[in-house]
Amino acid sequence: MDLGRIFRKKSSREIAKDRLKILLISDRVNCSPEMMEMIKMDIAKVISKYMKIDAQSMEIQITKTGVKGRGKTQSLYASIPILDLNK
Amino acid sequence: MSEVIVVTSGKGGVGKTTTSANVGTGLAAMGKKVVLIDTDIGLRNLDVVMGLENRIVYNLVDVIEGKCRVKQALIKDKRHQSLYLMPSAQTKDKSAVSPQQMVKMVQQLKEQFDYIILDCPAGIEQGFQNAIAGADRALVVTTPEVSAIRDADRIIGLLEAKEFKQIDLIINRLRYDMVKRGEMMTAADVVDILSIPLIGIVPDDENVVIATNQGEPLVGGSTMAGRAYQNICQRVLGEDIPFIDFEKTISFWTRVTGIFHKN
Repeated sequence: MDLGRIFRKKSSREIAKDRLKILLISDRVNCSPEMMEMIKMDIAKVISKYMKIDAQSMEIQITKTGVKGRGKTQSLYASIPILDLNK
Repeated sequence: MSEVIVVTSGKGGVGKTTTSANVGTGLAAMGKKVVLIDTDIGLRNLDVVMGLENRIVYNLVDVIEGKCRVKQALIKDKRHQSLYLMPSAQTKDKSAVSPQQMVKMVQQLKEQFDYIILDCPAGIEQGFQNAIAGADRALVVTTPEVSAIRDADRIIGLLEAKEFKQIDLIINRLRYDMVKRGEMMTAADVVDILSIPLIGIVPDDENVVIATNQGEPLVGGSTMAGRAYQNICQRVLGEDIPFIDFEKTISFWTRVTGIFHKN
């Protein structure tokens, strides 16, 4: 077995590709970080009416859903940890 | 029916002008009536790459301002009967032309030419808006580098918003030796990220610099870049041309020279 292969450093090609993928997600979304934060706060407020959530560690993200990543439809994904279902 | 193609990239220095010159020359060599328009007002370059810098009398801004007729500003190419260049102005700035004026001029040229190729300036400001205004097809040029790809992605987004009917990708200056070492993104990586159809891969070739020094486009010649541009022209015309596997070509030659070294 080639040990060097297991412990090898990521090639600069892979680093470039990974960096670009993350970079382009935020580039493609025409939404400022401030606005994202406001959306997040509002969602937290609404959900909090019905259940106890961990607003600190919730995350929201806008992604393009499409066959090849360049589809026209965008979706908002929210991951909200629930602390207690019964308020 | 004539087609209006804009050659664009966002980032500067990735090879828009070289691509414009070679695609235009290649299409003319295949018998098409072609006009190349340099839309980079204030920084004209296409005339130099084409080797026609000494023949300029009138320019694009003169036509727009009505100082001359379209025909007077067109420079006939040295090599091909059916190829013309509309040079840009060197002393004016981008605000001298509006997108509406550009559309009007392109419409006029459509009557005489099969292909109108617009060499776009870098950036996404007015010069870019002018260049894309009259076009219905785009060739997006990028190099396999993070900054160029990021800018290309932005450009593609803007072109899609304008509802371009066809947007194709040219990957320029690919270095197969670096790809092999894992130190450069592959063509497949770039296509995967940008998600538009690939129309050509141009390898990094010193002959491009030599050709530019001489003011002679290298399309159709025997150099690697010349062959790559020839293939791009044929694909622009709708022919189904397989991609040249330069890696194989290179390794073949190293093998051949390897034999001689052994002896």
